Amino acid sequence: MANPIARPLNKRVLLMGTCLCDAFYDDTAKATVEVLEHLGISVEFPDNQTCCGQPAFNSGDWTASRKVARHTASVFAGELPVIVPSGSCAAMNFHGNLVQFEEKPDPAITSLAKRTWEVMDFIYNGLGIKTWPGKFEKSTRLAFHRSCHARGTCTGEAVRTLLASIENAEVVPFGEAEQCCGFGGTFSVTFPHISGKMGTLKLDRILDIQPDLLVGIDMSCLMHLSGLAQTQGRPVKHLHAIQVLRDTLP
Amino acid sequence: MIGNQLIDQYARNITDEKQHSVINGAAAGTEKRYQVLHKDYLDPDAIRKIAASIKDHTLHHLGEYLAKAEQALVSRGVNVHFASTDEDARQTILSILQGHGVTQLTKSKSMAAEEIHLNPFLIENGVECLESDLGEFIIQLDDDEPSHIVKPIIHKNRREIAATFLREGIAADYNDDPETITRRARVHLREKYMRAQAGITGGNFVCADTGRVALVTNEGNSRFGMAPVGVHIALIGIEKIIPQEKDLAVFLNLLGRSATGQQLTVYTEFINGPKSANQPDGPEHMHVVFMDNGRTDVLASNCKEILRCIRCGACQNVCPVYRQASGHAYRSTYGGPVGAVLSPILFGSRFPELADLPKASSLCGACNEVCPVDIPIPDLLLRLRDKAHREHVHSPAAIPMSPFATLATSPSLWRTAMTMSKAMNHLPIQVAPIKPLQDWLGQRTLPDSHGGDFRKWFKGHKKS
Ligand code: SF4
Repeated sequence: MANPIARPLNKRVLLMGTCLCDAFYDDTAKATVEVLEHLGISVEFPDNQTCCGQPAFNSGDWTASRKVARHTASVFAGELPVIVPSGSCAAMNFHGNLVQFEEKPDPAITSLAKRTWEVMDFIYNGLGIKTWPGKFEKSTRLAFHRSCHARGTCTGEAVRTLLASIENAEVVPFGEAEQCCGFGGTFSVTFPHISGKMGTLKLDRILDIQPDLLVGIDMSCLMHLSGLAQTQGRPVKHLHAIQVLRDTLP
Repeated sequence: MIGNQLIDQYARNITDEKQHSVINGAAAGTEKRYQVLHKDYLDPDAIRKIAASIKDHTLHHLGEYLAKAEQALVSRGVNVHFASTDEDARQTILSILQGHGVTQLTKSKSMAAEEIHLNPFLIENGVECLESDLGEFIIQLDDDEPSHIVKPIIHKNRREIAATFLREGIAADYNDDPETITRRARVHLREKYMRAQAGITGGNFVCADTGRVALVTNEGNSRFGMAPVGVHIALIGIEKIIPQEKDLAVFLNLLGRSATGQQLTVYTEFINGPKSANQPDGPEHMHVVFMDNGRTDVLASNCKEILRCIRCGACQNVCPVYRQASGHAYRSTYGGPVGAVLSPILFGSRFPELADLPKASSLCGACNEVCPVDIPIPDLLLRLRDKAHREHVHSPAAIPMSPFATLATSPSLWRTAMTMSKAMNHLPIQVAPIKPLQDWLGQRTLPDSHGGDFRKWFKGHKKS
């Protein structure tokens, strides 16, 4: 799965906030706006947006998920780039939607796919910003969980490079980085036992390196991991990469 | 309701010992594969793409290449048979054996033979059938099932194997040193090899241009099994054809590295047909049985990419679900990611029974990332979930999605739900009368609701 290479650039963008940010993680969406504005980008938030439709898509109810996807495509219609602070929702737009519409392609869906950027990818590859002028007060060990939906996309490299360029930051690799955290949306509901074991293993590897901060690009993974960590009495501080960019700005 | 998916149940009930064997074996395989591929190639991804396109091309012209391979094989003195079902394949093999008066044979590891349950069938029909692969031999002794396509006994540890050898009288005393185990198996098997009249193998690749069959093993068992016998039968899926001999360069390099982290498997045989003037060694008769057994149906489906599979097992090794549940949880010859796609559609009539397999995945994509022929396994799993939904195949713990779709296509309703959820510190889904969701929520604490906060902030922010 790769994100399309030639996606449009513009000083104006549409923000797709994601349902998780809408419901829980408002600060992640806020950080997205603040960082983009800091970079001279004007951000619009179409008020009729809801969810990318992934829960229905992944559970196999494509009648339901196509309906949601069409709604999303109409909310984000036009020419402007669509910026998403989530690897997984971005991949739904530029990949999942194409799969569920492969038999009957829909121009609005195809257009949305071509205009969607995961936010870190947008900053790094779109705007060409390769170092971040941020600073941590003291030396900080970062564990970066490259979430699964960033496989085969340019996001992983973007995050690693930008984080590593922050003063006093050290991105420390941990073992079995290719393994999934076990969330997978409805998967964690229907396969609770396996999902929990996967999350515990992931946490083990992350905590091996004793990070000061766990950084992700999907609040869903972070919600799952931090929830488990909390229950297991080994809480871990966690932030979305875009929050790290904002918080370390002078 | 929650957790009544068979694979999740299996993972819950698996013994610690078995689980450790699987996780350790699989993780070691993943690590070795990565090291070897990246040591030898600057861009292993580019080679996977080439391999995928060769396979796709072949599958697209499968009829023509099969005919070409048949012609080439026949010209080398090989008898070629086509079997459209598993039953056809078993009967074809039995009649070949009967025609040659065979009552004892050795078999080297073959997933195709596993697929059609050849062993029990032959034994029922009075043919003694000895597994010559060490792993398969142990499976046979324990009356167990393989749980991995490359390492059939990945779920066992050496203590269990030593105990089996003692119990079966293969060893006079208990000794779990791996080298001793292998030596003892060797002594035991060698004597049986000598008595065998036929050897059955699979085939990793058949070159359409020359009819050469390429066969890889690490123990040399197939080679040894073919040396003393008069008849060699190769049972091969029709998708194993590659256009030209030179394509082997791509596939053999990828197969060893992906499967076991070896640059090349220890033994790679190129079989040219039976004994002839040019080739004074080997069996007098060679038969190739090309088996369809559902493959044509798969080729016509929207999951045809799975036929590119070269059975390396890398996707099993890397799969977090496979690691937790083991191959046995998949209840069919092929487990793990490859099996989750292949098993429900290859054995078409078993689709309703195996429709839960494609759901046992977080869609993490690790399988696609390691697959030497770049099969988009997560997409195929999704297509099969769609198929199950369209065909109304019952699925335990299914979460109804139409209420979600209604909410997610009604912006004002959605916004109200968000603000309400904040007021109640509850998401709309939290009050939905959906049992699995309720159970799930009962097991964990969600973060505090901030429903609608971002929208409110953004409006104020824009005004300022
Ligand atoms: S699907 Fe790919 S990774 Fe899995 S066994 Fe087949 S070739 Fe190997």
